[in-house]
Amino acid sequence: MVSAMEVYMLLPKTNCKKCGLATCMAFAVGLLGREKKIDECTPLIEEKKYEAKLKKLREIMAPIENASETGLIIHPEKCFGCGNCVVACPVNVAADPTRCGIGLGPQSDKVILKVEDGVVVCNNLKECRRFGPNKILCNACTATCPSKAIEFV
Amino acid sequence: MAVVTCTGCSLLCDDIEAAVTNEKLSHIKNLCRKGHGHFQAVFSERTVPMVNGQKVSMDEAISRAAEILKSAKNPLLYGWSNCTLEAQAAGIRLAEKLGATIDDTSSFCQGILMERILDGRIPTCTLDDVRNYADTSIFWGADPSNSHPRHLSRFSYYPRGEKRQKSYEEERTCIAVDVRHSATAEICGNYYFRVPPGGDADFMEAVLAVLEGKIPRVADKKKMIELGSILKKTEYGVIFPGLGMIYSMQDKMDLFERLMARLNEITAFKAVPMVGHYNMRGFNELLREKTGFINSVSFRGGKPSHGPEQSVIAAAKSCDAALVIGSDPLSALPFATAKALAGVPLIAIDPRRSLATDAAAVTIPSAISGLEAGGTAVRMDGVRVKFEPFLKTDLPTDEQILTGIMEAI
Repeated sequence: MVSAMEVYMLLPKTNCKKCGLATCMAFAVGLLGREKKIDECTPLIEEKKYEAKLKKLREIMAPIENASETGLIIHPEKCFGCGNCVVACPVNVAADPTRCGIGLGPQSDKVILKVEDGVVVCNNLKECRRFGPNKILCNACTATCPSKAIEFV
Repeated sequence: MAVVTCTGCSLLCDDIEAAVTNEKLSHIKNLCRKGHGHFQAVFSERTVPMVNGQKVSMDEAISRAAEILKSAKNPLLYGWSNCTLEAQAAGIRLAEKLGATIDDTSSFCQGILMERILDGRIPTCTLDDVRNYADTSIFWGADPSNSHPRHLSRFSYYPRGEKRQKSYEEERTCIAVDVRHSATAEICGNYYFRVPPGGDADFMEAVLAVLEGKIPRVADKKKMIELGSILKKTEYGVIFPGLGMIYSMQDKMDLFERLMARLNEITAFKAVPMVGHYNMRGFNELLREKTGFINSVSFRGGKPSHGPEQSVIAAAKSCDAALVIGSDPLSALPFATAKALAGVPLIAIDPRRSLATDAAAVTIPSAISGLEAGGTAVRMDGVRVKFEPFLKTDLPTDEQILTGIMEAI
Protein backbone atom coordinates (compact mmCIF):
# COMPACT_ATOMS: atom_id res chain seq x y z
CA MET A 1 0.00 0.00 0.00
CA VAL A 2 1.18 3.55 -0.80
CA SER A 3 2.36 5.63 2.14
CA ALA A 4 1.68 9.34 2.71
CA MET A 5 5.41 10.03 2.37
CA GLU A 6 5.52 8.48 -1.10
CA VAL A 7 2.61 10.67 -2.18
CA TYR A 8 4.21 13.73 -0.59
CA MET A 9 7.41 13.22 -2.58
CA LEU A 10 5.37 13.56 -5.79
CA LEU A 11 3.71 16.84 -4.75
CA PRO A 12 5.20 20.32 -5.41
CA LYS A 13 6.27 20.63 -1.71
CA THR A 14 5.79 24.44 -1.81
CA ASN A 15 3.01 24.61 0.81
CA CYS A 16 1.18 27.14 -1.43
CA LYS A 17 -2.14 26.48 0.36
CA LYS A 18 -4.11 26.69 -2.93
CA CYS A 19 -5.84 23.40 -2.12
CA GLY A 20 -7.15 24.87 1.13
CA LEU A 21 -4.81 22.89 3.36
CA ALA A 22 -1.84 24.30 5.26
CA THR A 23 0.86 21.98 3.91
CA CYS A 24 1.55 19.59 1.07
CA MET A 25 1.94 16.80 3.64
CA ALA A 26 -1.61 17.46 4.82
CA PHE A 27 -2.76 17.27 1.21
CA ALA A 28 -0.97 13.92 0.79
CA VAL A 29 -2.80 12.53 3.81
CA GLY A 30 -6.05 13.97 2.42
CA LEU A 31 -5.43 12.21 -0.90
CA LEU A 32 -4.92 8.86 0.83
CA GLY A 33 -8.00 9.42 2.96
CA ARG A 34 -9.90 10.21 -0.22
CA GLU A 35 -11.08 13.55 1.11
CA LYS A 36 -9.09 15.39 -1.61
CA LYS A 37 -8.69 14.87 -5.36
CA ILE A 38 -5.44 15.20 -7.31
CA ASP A 39 -7.05 17.93 -9.44
CA GLU A 40 -7.35 20.18 -6.39
CA CYS A 41 -3.60 20.71 -6.43
CA THR A 42 -3.64 23.36 -9.17
CA PRO A 43 0.14 23.98 -9.47
CA LEU A 44 0.71 20.29 -10.10
CA ILE A 45 -1.81 20.31 -12.95
CA GLU A 46 -0.90 23.67 -14.49
CA GLU A 47 2.88 23.90 -14.27
CA LYS A 48 4.81 21.98 -16.87
CA LYS A 49 7.79 21.07 -14.66
CA TYR A 50 5.56 18.80 -12.55
CA GLU A 51 4.33 16.78 -15.52
CA ALA A 52 6.40 13.68 -14.74
CA LYS A 53 5.43 13.78 -11.07
CA LEU A 54 1.74 14.14 -11.94
CA LYS A 55 1.91 11.09 -14.20
CA LYS A 56 3.57 9.01 -11.49
CA LEU A 57 1.10 10.24 -8.88
CA ARG A 58 -1.91 9.29 -11.01
CA GLU A 59 -0.31 5.88 -11.53
CA ILE A 60 0.14 5.08 -7.84
CA MET A 61 -3.21 6.57 -6.86
CA ALA A 62 -5.21 4.59 -9.46
CA PRO A 63 -5.93 1.52 -7.27
CA ILE A 64 -6.94 3.73 -4.36
CA GLU A 65 -9.40 5.71 -6.44
CA ASN A 66 -10.99 2.48 -7.61
CA ALA A 67 -11.46 1.21 -4.04
CA SER A 68 -14.95 0.86 -2.63
CA GLU A 69 -16.57 3.45 -0.35
CA THR A 70 -15.01 1.98 2.78
CA GLY A 71 -11.60 1.73 1.19
CA LEU A 72 -11.86 -2.05 0.85
CA ILE A 73 -9.80 -3.55 -1.95
CA ILE A 74 -10.07 -7.24 -2.85
CA HIS A 75 -7.36 -8.89 -4.95
CA PRO A 76 -9.22 -11.93 -6.36
CA GLU A 77 -6.02 -13.34 -7.86
CA LYS A 78 -4.55 -13.76 -4.35
CA CYS A 79 -7.69 -15.11 -2.63
CA PHE A 80 -7.75 -18.79 -1.47
CA GLY A 81 -11.51 -18.71 -0.92
CA CYS A 82 -10.88 -20.01 2.62
CA GLY A 83 -13.73 -17.96 4.08
CA ASN A 84 -11.77 -16.80 7.15
CA CYS A 85 -12.98 -13.23 6.57
CA VAL A 86 -16.56 -14.42 6.00
CA VAL A 87 -16.61 -16.12 9.41
CA ALA A 88 -14.60 -13.44 11.23
CA CYS A 89 -16.52 -10.36 10.01
CA PRO A 90 -18.72 -9.18 12.92
CA VAL A 91 -21.38 -7.80 10.59
CA ASN A 92 -21.59 -11.14 8.76
CA VAL A 93 -22.04 -13.00 12.04
CA ALA A 94 -24.75 -10.57 13.19
CA ALA A 95 -26.56 -10.96 9.86
CA ASP A 96 -26.40 -14.77 9.76
CA PRO A 97 -25.51 -16.06 13.25
CA THR A 98 -26.66 -19.65 12.76
CA ARG A 99 -24.42 -20.21 9.75
CA CYS A 100 -21.59 -17.63 9.64
CA GLY A 101 -21.28 -17.90 13.41
CA ILE A 102 -20.34 -21.57 13.27
CA GLY A 103 -18.25 -21.49 10.14
CA LEU A 104 -20.77 -22.41 7.45
CA GLY A 105 -21.27 -20.36 4.29
CA PRO A 106 -23.86 -17.59 4.70
CA GLN A 107 -27.36 -17.80 3.23
CA SER A 108 -28.58 -14.36 4.23
CA ASP A 109 -28.44 -11.53 1.67
CA LYS A 110 -27.42 -9.01 4.31
CA VAL A 111 -23.86 -10.26 4.71
CA ILE A 112 -20.96 -8.15 3.45
CA LEU A 113 -18.42 -10.80 2.48
CA LYS A 114 -19.15 -14.14 0.87
CA VAL A 115 -17.26 -16.65 -1.25
CA GLU A 116 -18.52 -17.06 -4.80
CA ASP A 117 -16.90 -19.14 -7.55
CA GLY A 118 -13.85 -19.77 -5.38
CA VAL A 119 -13.04 -16.18 -4.39
CA VAL A 120 -14.40 -13.64 -1.92
CA VAL A 121 -16.78 -10.90 -3.09
CA CYS A 122 -18.28 -7.99 -1.15
CA ASN A 123 -21.81 -6.61 -1.10
CA ASN A 124 -23.81 -4.31 1.20
CA LEU A 125 -20.73 -2.20 1.94
CA LYS A 126 -22.93 0.32 3.74
CA GLU A 127 -23.22 -2.17 6.59
CA CYS A 128 -19.43 -2.26 7.11
CA ARG A 129 -18.27 -0.83 10.41
CA ARG A 130 -15.81 1.36 8.51
CA PHE A 131 -18.64 3.17 6.69
CA GLY A 132 -20.36 6.42 7.60
CA PRO A 133 -19.72 9.13 10.15
CA ASN A 134 -19.51 6.78 13.16
CA LYS A 135 -16.97 4.47 11.55
CA ILE A 136 -14.49 2.47 13.57
CA LEU A 137 -11.29 0.99 12.21
CA CYS A 138 -12.34 -2.66 12.27
CA ASN A 139 -9.80 -4.98 10.61
CA ALA A 140 -11.34 -8.43 11.12
CA CYS A 141 -11.22 -9.29 7.42
CA THR A 142 -7.68 -8.10 6.70
CA ALA A 143 -6.11 -9.52 9.87
CA THR A 144 -7.52 -13.00 9.22
CA CYS A 145 -6.53 -13.24 5.56
CA PRO A 146 -3.69 -15.73 5.01
CA SER A 147 -2.78 -14.36 1.59
CA LYS A 148 -3.30 -10.60 2.07
CA ALA A 149 -6.02 -10.62 -0.56
CA ILE A 150 -8.03 -7.95 1.30
CA GLU A 151 -6.63 -4.50 2.02
CA PHE A 152 -7.91 -1.18 3.25
CA VAL A 153 -6.72 2.09 1.81
CA MET B 1 -29.58 -23.84 -6.21
CA ALA B 2 -28.66 -27.35 -5.16
CA VAL B 3 -26.81 -28.02 -1.89
CA VAL B 4 -23.90 -30.29 -2.72
CA THR B 5 -20.83 -31.86 -1.10
CA CYS B 6 -17.35 -31.04 -2.30
CA THR B 7 -14.95 -33.96 -2.68
CA GLY B 8 -11.92 -31.78 -3.33
CA CYS B 9 -10.30 -32.55 0.03
CA SER B 10 -11.04 -34.53 3.17
CA LEU B 11 -13.05 -31.76 4.81
CA LEU B 12 -16.03 -32.81 2.64
CA CYS B 13 -17.73 -29.39 2.92
CA ASP B 14 -21.45 -30.02 2.62
CA ASP B 15 -22.74 -26.45 2.52
CA ILE B 16 -21.80 -25.73 -1.09
CA GLU B 17 -24.57 -24.17 -3.17
CA ALA B 18 -24.33 -24.79 -6.88
CA ALA B 19 -26.59 -23.53 -9.65
CA VAL B 20 -26.83 -25.84 -12.64
CA THR B 21 -28.20 -24.47 -15.90
CA ASN B 22 -28.21 -26.57 -19.09
CA GLU B 23 -26.11 -29.27 -17.41
CA LYS B 24 -23.38 -26.68 -16.72
CA LEU B 25 -22.23 -25.18 -13.46
CA SER B 26 -23.09 -21.51 -13.65
CA HIS B 27 -22.64 -20.19 -10.13
CA ILE B 28 -21.15 -21.79 -7.02
CA LYS B 29 -21.28 -20.33 -3.53
CA ASN B 30 -19.14 -21.06 -0.44
CA LEU B 31 -16.69 -23.21 -2.39
CA CYS B 32 -12.98 -22.50 -1.78
CA ARG B 33 -10.51 -22.00 -4.58
CA LYS B 34 -9.26 -25.59 -4.37
CA GLY B 35 -12.80 -26.96 -4.52
CA HIS B 36 -13.61 -24.61 -7.38
CA GLY B 37 -10.73 -26.09 -9.36
CA HIS B 38 -12.00 -29.57 -8.53
CA PHE B 39 -15.49 -28.72 -9.80
CA GLN B 40 -14.14 -27.17 -13.00
CA ALA B 41 -12.28 -30.42 -13.69
CA VAL B 42 -15.56 -31.87 -14.97
CA PHE B 43 -15.21 -29.85 -18.15
CA SER B 44 -11.64 -30.53 -19.24
CA GLU B 45 -9.40 -33.45 -20.24
CA ARG B 46 -11.96 -36.20 -19.66
CA THR B 47 -10.90 -39.70 -20.58
CA VAL B 48 -12.49 -42.09 -23.08
CA PRO B 49 -12.40 -45.93 -23.02
CA MET B 50 -9.11 -47.02 -24.61
CA VAL B 51 -7.22 -50.26 -25.12
CA ASN B 52 -3.56 -49.93 -26.20
CA GLY B 53 -4.15 -46.40 -27.43
CA GLN B 54 -7.22 -47.31 -29.55
CA LYS B 55 -10.68 -46.01 -28.72
CA VAL B 56 -13.06 -48.85 -27.87
CA SER B 57 -16.47 -49.29 -26.29
CA MET B 58 -16.93 -49.36 -22.55
CA ASP B 59 -17.74 -53.11 -22.48
CA GLU B 60 -14.65 -53.99 -24.50
CA ALA B 61 -12.43 -52.00 -22.15
CA ILE B 62 -13.92 -53.69 -19.10
CA SER B 63 -13.58 -57.20 -20.56
CA ARG B 64 -9.95 -56.50 -21.60
CA ALA B 65 -9.24 -55.28 -18.05
CA ALA B 66 -10.77 -58.47 -16.67
CA GLU B 67 -8.57 -60.57 -19.00
CA ILE B 68 -5.40 -58.80 -17.84
CA LEU B 69 -6.25 -59.26 -14.17
CA LYS B 70 -7.31 -62.87 -14.63
CA SER B 71 -4.12 -63.88 -16.39
CA ALA B 72 -1.89 -62.07 -13.89
CA LYS B 73 -0.25 -64.14 -11.17
CA ASN B 74 0.43 -61.30 -8.78
CA PRO B 75 -1.75 -58.28 -9.55
CA LEU B 76 -1.66 -55.01 -7.59
CA LEU B 77 -4.75 -52.87 -6.96
CA TYR B 78 -3.70 -49.38 -5.99
CA GLY B 79 -5.22 -45.96 -5.39
CA TRP B 80 -8.62 -45.92 -3.67
CA SER B 81 -8.24 -42.65 -1.78
CA ASN B 82 -10.47 -40.76 -4.20
CA CYS B 83 -13.24 -43.37 -4.35
CA THR B 84 -16.45 -43.72 -2.40
CA LEU B 85 -16.77 -46.32 0.35
CA GLU B 86 -18.96 -48.42 -1.95
CA ALA B 87 -16.27 -48.55 -4.65
CA GLN B 88 -13.60 -49.35 -2.04
CA ALA B 89 -15.68 -52.24 -0.71
CA ALA B 90 -16.04 -53.59 -4.25
CA GLY B 91 -12.28 -53.19 -4.69
CA ILE B 92 -11.51 -55.18 -1.55
CA ARG B 93 -13.87 -57.95 -2.76
CA LEU B 94 -12.08 -57.95 -6.11
CA ALA B 95 -8.69 -58.20 -4.39
CA GLU B 96 -9.91 -61.16 -2.34
CA LYS B 97 -11.24 -62.91 -5.42
CA LEU B 98 -8.02 -62.36 -7.37
CA GLY B 99 -5.70 -63.05 -4.44
CA ALA B 100 -4.20 -59.67 -5.25
CA THR B 101 -2.20 -57.11 -3.32
CA ILE B 102 -4.26 -54.06 -2.40
CA ASP B 103 -2.83 -50.77 -1.16
CA ASP B 104 -3.82 -47.15 -0.97
CA THR B 105 -2.01 -43.83 -0.82
CA SER B 106 -1.80 -43.97 2.99
CA SER B 107 1.10 -46.43 2.88
CA PHE B 108 3.50 -43.59 2.07
CA CYS B 109 1.27 -40.86 3.49
CA GLN B 110 -0.63 -40.69 6.79
CA GLY B 111 -0.70 -44.49 7.30
CA ILE B 112 1.63 -44.74 10.31
CA LEU B 113 -0.39 -42.15 12.19
CA MET B 114 -3.80 -43.42 11.03
CA GLU B 115 -2.91 -46.90 12.29
CA ARG B 116 -2.29 -45.53 15.79
CA ILE B 117 -5.45 -43.46 15.74
CA LEU B 118 -7.71 -46.31 14.57
CA ASP B 119 -6.12 -48.62 17.17
CA GLY B 120 -6.95 -46.05 19.85
CA ARG B 121 -3.31 -45.55 20.83
CA ILE B 122 -3.57 -41.82 20.11
CA PRO B 123 -6.75 -40.08 21.32
CA THR B 124 -8.79 -38.37 18.63
CA CYS B 125 -12.01 -36.39 18.30
CA THR B 126 -14.30 -35.11 15.58
CA LEU B 127 -13.92 -31.73 13.94
CA ASP B 128 -17.24 -30.68 15.45
CA ASP B 129 -15.71 -31.25 18.89
CA VAL B 130 -12.82 -29.07 17.79
CA ARG B 131 -15.25 -26.29 16.89
CA ASN B 132 -17.26 -26.62 20.08
CA TYR B 133 -14.56 -27.14 22.71
CA ALA B 134 -11.01 -26.67 21.47
CA ASP B 135 -9.05 -23.67 22.68
CA THR B 136 -5.64 -24.60 21.30
CA SER B 137 -5.06 -25.84 17.75
CA ILE B 138 -1.58 -26.88 16.69
CA PHE B 139 -0.83 -27.28 12.97
CA TRP B 140 2.28 -29.43 12.89
CA GLY B 141 3.89 -29.82 9.50
CA ALA B 142 0.61 -28.82 7.89
CA ASP B 143 -0.53 -25.74 6.02
CA PRO B 144 -4.32 -25.96 5.94
CA SER B 145 -4.66 -22.53 4.33
CA ASN B 146 -3.35 -24.17 1.18
CA SER B 147 -4.20 -27.85 1.60
CA HIS B 148 -7.63 -27.59 3.31
CA PRO B 149 -8.57 -23.91 2.80
CA ARG B 150 -11.72 -23.97 4.92
CA HIS B 151 -10.20 -25.86 7.87
CA LEU B 152 -9.59 -22.76 9.99
CA SER B 153 -12.83 -21.03 9.09
CA ARG B 154 -15.10 -24.04 9.52
CA PHE B 155 -13.55 -25.83 12.50
CA SER B 156 -10.26 -25.00 14.07
CA TYR B 157 -9.89 -21.27 14.65
CA TYR B 158 -12.54 -18.77 13.54
CA PRO B 159 -16.02 -20.25 14.17
CA ARG B 160 -17.86 -19.81 17.44
CA GLY B 161 -18.68 -23.07 19.20
CA GLU B 162 -20.79 -24.23 22.12
CA LYS B 163 -18.07 -23.56 24.72
CA ARG B 164 -16.11 -21.09 22.62
CA GLN B 165 -18.42 -18.17 22.00
CA LYS B 166 -15.60 -15.64 21.83
CA SER B 167 -13.65 -17.80 19.43
CA TYR B 168 -10.45 -16.53 17.86
CA GLU B 169 -10.71 -13.06 19.35
CA GLU B 170 -10.20 -14.19 22.94
CA GLU B 171 -10.53 -17.91 23.52
CA ARG B 172 -8.65 -19.76 20.82
CA THR B 173 -4.92 -19.99 20.20
CA CYS B 174 -3.56 -21.26 16.93
CA ILE B 175 0.03 -22.52 16.75
CA ALA B 176 2.01 -23.49 13.65
CA VAL B 177 5.07 -25.73 13.68
CA ASP B 178 6.59 -25.81 10.22
CA VAL B 179 9.81 -25.69 8.27
CA ARG B 180 8.69 -22.62 6.37
CA HIS B 181 6.66 -19.52 7.08
CA SER B 182 3.48 -20.80 5.46
CA ALA B 183 0.21 -18.96 4.95
CA THR B 184 -1.13 -20.60 8.11
CA ALA B 185 1.96 -19.50 10.07
CA GLU B 186 1.17 -15.97 8.89
CA ILE B 187 -2.20 -16.22 10.66
CA CYS B 188 -0.62 -17.71 13.80
CA GLY B 189 1.62 -14.64 14.13
CA ASN B 190 3.87 -14.96 17.18
CA TYR B 191 2.95 -18.58 17.71
CA TYR B 192 4.89 -19.80 14.72
CA PHE B 193 7.71 -22.20 15.58
CA ARG B 194 10.25 -22.86 12.89
CA VAL B 195 11.85 -26.31 12.85
CA PRO B 196 14.69 -27.31 10.53
CA PRO B 197 13.81 -30.04 7.99
CA GLY B 198 13.82 -33.34 9.87
CA GLY B 199 13.90 -31.52 13.21
CA ASP B 200 10.41 -32.46 14.40
CA ALA B 201 11.64 -35.19 16.76
CA ASP B 202 14.05 -32.77 18.46
CA PHE B 203 11.25 -30.23 18.76
CA MET B 204 9.04 -32.90 20.36
CA GLU B 205 11.80 -33.71 22.86
CA ALA B 206 12.01 -30.00 23.63
CA VAL B 207 8.25 -29.80 24.25
CA LEU B 208 8.46 -32.83 26.55
CA ALA B 209 11.35 -31.22 28.43
CA VAL B 210 9.43 -27.96 28.86
CA LEU B 211 6.41 -29.86 30.17
CA GLU B 212 8.68 -31.47 32.79
CA GLY B 213 9.94 -28.04 33.81
CA LYS B 214 13.40 -28.56 32.32
CA ILE B 215 15.24 -26.14 30.07
CA PRO B 216 14.82 -27.28 26.44
CA ARG B 217 17.85 -27.74 24.20
CA VAL B 218 16.73 -25.47 21.35
CA ALA B 219 17.74 -22.04 20.14
CA ASP B 220 14.83 -19.98 21.46
CA LYS B 221 14.36 -21.19 25.04
CA LYS B 222 12.11 -18.32 26.09
CA LYS B 223 9.61 -19.02 23.32
CA MET B 224 9.60 -22.75 24.11
CA ILE B 225 8.86 -22.05 27.78
CA GLU B 226 6.00 -19.80 26.64
CA LEU B 227 4.72 -22.67 24.49
CA GLY B 228 4.92 -24.97 27.50
CA SER B 229 2.80 -22.63 29.59
CA ILE B 230 0.20 -22.32 26.79
CA LEU B 231 -0.03 -26.13 26.60
CA LYS B 232 -0.40 -26.43 30.36
CA LYS B 233 -3.17 -23.82 30.48
CA THR B 234 -5.07 -25.45 27.61
CA GLU B 235 -8.48 -26.90 28.44
CA TYR B 236 -8.99 -28.87 25.23
CA GLY B 237 -6.17 -28.99 22.75
CA VAL B 238 -5.97 -30.52 19.30
CA ILE B 239 -2.88 -31.33 17.26
CA PHE B 240 -3.26 -31.53 13.48
CA PRO B 241 -0.25 -33.51 12.22
CA GLY B 242 0.37 -32.99 8.53
CA LEU B 243 2.58 -34.76 6.04
CA GLY B 244 5.54 -32.61 7.07
CA MET B 245 5.54 -34.14 10.52
CA ILE B 246 4.84 -37.70 9.32
CA TYR B 247 7.71 -37.69 6.80
CA SER B 248 10.08 -36.19 9.34
CA MET B 249 9.16 -38.66 12.12
CA GLN B 250 8.77 -41.96 10.18
CA ASP B 251 9.96 -44.72 12.58
CA LYS B 252 10.08 -42.31 15.52
CA MET B 253 6.28 -42.08 15.74
CA ASP B 254 6.43 -43.60 19.25
CA LEU B 255 7.80 -40.27 20.40
CA PHE B 256 4.63 -38.55 19.22
CA GLU B 257 2.62 -41.18 21.05
CA ARG B 258 4.63 -40.38 24.19
CA LEU B 259 4.05 -36.66 23.74
CA MET B 260 0.29 -37.19 23.39
CA ALA B 261 0.25 -39.41 26.51
CA ARG B 262 2.19 -36.79 28.49
CA LEU B 263 -0.10 -33.98 27.33
CA ASN B 264 -3.14 -36.03 28.28
CA GLU B 265 -1.79 -36.39 31.81
CA ILE B 266 -2.03 -32.61 32.09
CA THR B 267 -5.16 -31.84 30.09
CA ALA B 268 -7.32 -33.18 27.26
CA PHE B 269 -5.30 -33.33 24.04
CA LYS B 270 -6.43 -34.95 20.78
CA ALA B 271 -4.93 -35.52 17.34
CA VAL B 272 -6.77 -35.28 14.02
CA PRO B 273 -4.67 -36.30 10.99
CA MET B 274 -4.65 -33.83 8.09
CA VAL B 275 -5.72 -36.38 5.49
CA GLY B 276 -5.30 -35.14 1.94
CA HIS B 277 -7.50 -37.24 -0.35
CA TYR B 278 -11.18 -37.11 0.43
CA ASN B 279 -11.70 -40.75 1.41
CA MET B 280 -8.32 -42.13 2.46
CA ARG B 281 -9.57 -42.70 5.99
CA GLY B 282 -12.58 -44.57 4.59
CA PHE B 283 -10.33 -47.11 2.89
CA ASN B 284 -8.24 -47.53 6.04
CA GLU B 285 -11.35 -48.16 8.14
CA LEU B 286 -12.90 -50.59 5.63
CA LEU B 287 -9.76 -52.67 5.21
CA ARG B 288 -9.14 -52.69 8.96
CA GLU B 289 -12.67 -53.99 9.54
CA LYS B 290 -12.09 -56.75 6.99
CA THR B 291 -8.49 -57.80 7.66
CA GLY B 292 -7.22 -56.00 10.75
CA PHE B 293 -4.68 -53.98 8.74
CA ILE B 294 -5.23 -50.48 7.41
CA ASN B 295 -3.24 -50.74 4.17
CA SER B 296 -0.69 -52.83 2.23
CA VAL B 297 -2.56 -56.14 2.34
CA SER B 298 -1.95 -59.14 0.12
CA PHE B 299 -4.67 -61.76 -0.30
CA ARG B 300 -2.24 -64.19 -1.96
CA GLY B 301 -2.95 -67.74 -0.87
CA GLY B 302 -6.40 -66.78 0.42
CA LYS B 303 -5.20 -65.29 3.70
CA PRO B 304 -4.59 -61.58 4.21
CA SER B 305 -0.97 -60.75 4.98
CA HIS B 306 0.44 -57.34 5.78
CA GLY B 307 3.87 -55.81 5.78
CA PRO B 308 6.19 -53.40 4.04
CA GLU B 309 6.72 -55.97 1.27
CA GLN B 310 2.99 -55.64 0.40
CA SER B 311 3.12 -51.83 0.18
CA VAL B 312 2.90 -50.17 -3.20
CA ILE B 313 6.61 -49.25 -3.17
CA ALA B 314 7.63 -52.91 -3.00
CA ALA B 315 4.65 -54.44 -4.81
CA ALA B 316 5.10 -52.17 -7.84
CA LYS B 317 8.39 -53.96 -8.54
CA SER B 318 7.07 -57.50 -8.00
CA CYS B 319 3.59 -57.29 -9.58
CA ASP B 320 2.83 -58.44 -13.14
CA ALA B 321 -0.31 -56.31 -13.67
CA ALA B 322 -1.77 -53.33 -11.89
CA LEU B 323 -5.12 -51.63 -11.55
CA VAL B 324 -4.94 -47.97 -10.64
CA ILE B 325 -8.02 -46.11 -9.45
CA GLY B 326 -8.59 -42.75 -7.80
CA SER B 327 -4.93 -41.79 -7.79
CA ASP B 328 -2.10 -41.08 -10.19
CA PRO B 329 0.88 -43.10 -8.91
CA LEU B 330 3.03 -42.29 -11.91
CA SER B 331 3.17 -38.62 -10.98
CA ALA B 332 2.98 -39.02 -7.20
CA LEU B 333 5.28 -41.94 -6.39
CA PRO B 334 9.10 -41.99 -6.42
CA PHE B 335 10.61 -42.33 -9.87
CA ALA B 336 11.87 -45.92 -9.49
CA THR B 337 8.43 -47.11 -8.32
CA ALA B 338 6.63 -45.17 -11.05
CA LYS B 339 8.98 -46.59 -13.68
CA ALA B 340 8.40 -50.15 -12.46
CA LEU B 341 4.65 -49.59 -12.46
CA ALA B 342 4.66 -48.10 -15.96
CA GLY B 343 6.40 -51.28 -17.21
CA VAL B 344 3.58 -53.69 -16.33
CA PRO B 345 0.16 -53.90 -18.06
CA LEU B 346 -1.66 -51.04 -16.39
CA ILE B 347 -5.43 -50.58 -16.04
CA ALA B 348 -6.34 -46.99 -15.16
CA ILE B 349 -9.82 -46.07 -13.97
CA ASP B 350 -9.87 -42.30 -13.90
CA PRO B 351 -12.38 -39.63 -14.89
CA ARG B 352 -9.60 -37.35 -16.11
CA ARG B 353 -6.40 -37.65 -18.07
CA SER B 354 -3.27 -38.28 -15.98
CA LEU B 355 0.18 -39.80 -16.46
CA ALA B 356 -1.29 -43.16 -15.43
CA THR B 357 -4.03 -43.04 -18.09
CA ASP B 358 -1.42 -42.03 -20.69
CA ALA B 359 0.76 -45.04 -19.88
CA ALA B 360 -2.11 -47.48 -19.33
CA ALA B 361 -2.90 -50.50 -21.51
CA VAL B 362 -6.58 -50.07 -20.63
CA THR B 363 -8.17 -46.75 -19.72
CA ILE B 364 -11.69 -46.76 -18.30
CA PRO B 365 -13.42 -43.40 -17.72
CA SER B 366 -15.63 -43.08 -14.68
CA ALA B 367 -18.05 -40.53 -13.26
CA ILE B 368 -16.50 -38.03 -10.85
CA SER B 369 -17.74 -38.95 -7.41
CA GLY B 370 -19.43 -36.14 -5.55
CA LEU B 371 -20.36 -34.38 -8.78
CA GLU B 372 -21.63 -37.07 -11.13
CA ALA B 373 -21.84 -40.04 -8.77
CA GLY B 374 -23.21 -40.33 -5.27
CA GLY B 375 -21.91 -42.37 -2.37
CA THR B 376 -20.50 -42.22 1.13
CA ALA B 377 -17.11 -41.00 2.28
CA VAL B 378 -15.29 -40.67 5.61
CA ARG B 379 -14.09 -37.22 6.60
CA MET B 380 -10.58 -36.80 8.07
CA ASP B 381 -12.00 -37.11 11.60
CA GLY B 382 -13.99 -40.30 10.97
CA VAL B 383 -17.45 -38.79 10.36
CA ARG B 384 -19.34 -40.44 7.51
CA VAL B 385 -20.74 -38.04 4.92
CA LYS B 386 -23.30 -39.17 2.35
CA PHE B 387 -23.66 -37.26 -0.89
CA GLU B 388 -25.83 -37.25 -3.99
CA PRO B 389 -24.80 -36.49 -7.57
CA PHE B 390 -26.02 -33.22 -9.11
CA LEU B 391 -24.66 -33.43 -12.66
CA LYS B 392 -26.01 -35.99 -15.12
CA THR B 393 -23.68 -38.32 -16.94
CA ASP B 394 -23.76 -41.55 -18.96
CA LEU B 395 -20.49 -42.76 -17.43
CA PRO B 396 -20.60 -45.62 -14.93
CA THR B 397 -19.44 -45.06 -11.34
CA ASP B 398 -16.24 -46.61 -9.97
CA GLU B 399 -18.34 -49.19 -8.14
CA GLN B 400 -20.20 -50.22 -11.32
CA ILE B 401 -16.93 -50.59 -13.25
CA LEU B 402 -15.37 -52.75 -10.52
CA THR B 403 -18.49 -54.91 -10.29
CA GLY B 404 -18.39 -55.26 -14.09
CA ILE B 405 -14.76 -56.41 -13.98
CA MET B 406 -15.55 -58.85 -11.19
CA GLU B 407 -18.46 -60.35 -13.14
CA ALA B 408 -16.29 -60.69 -16.26
CA ILE B 409 -13.69 -62.59 -14.23
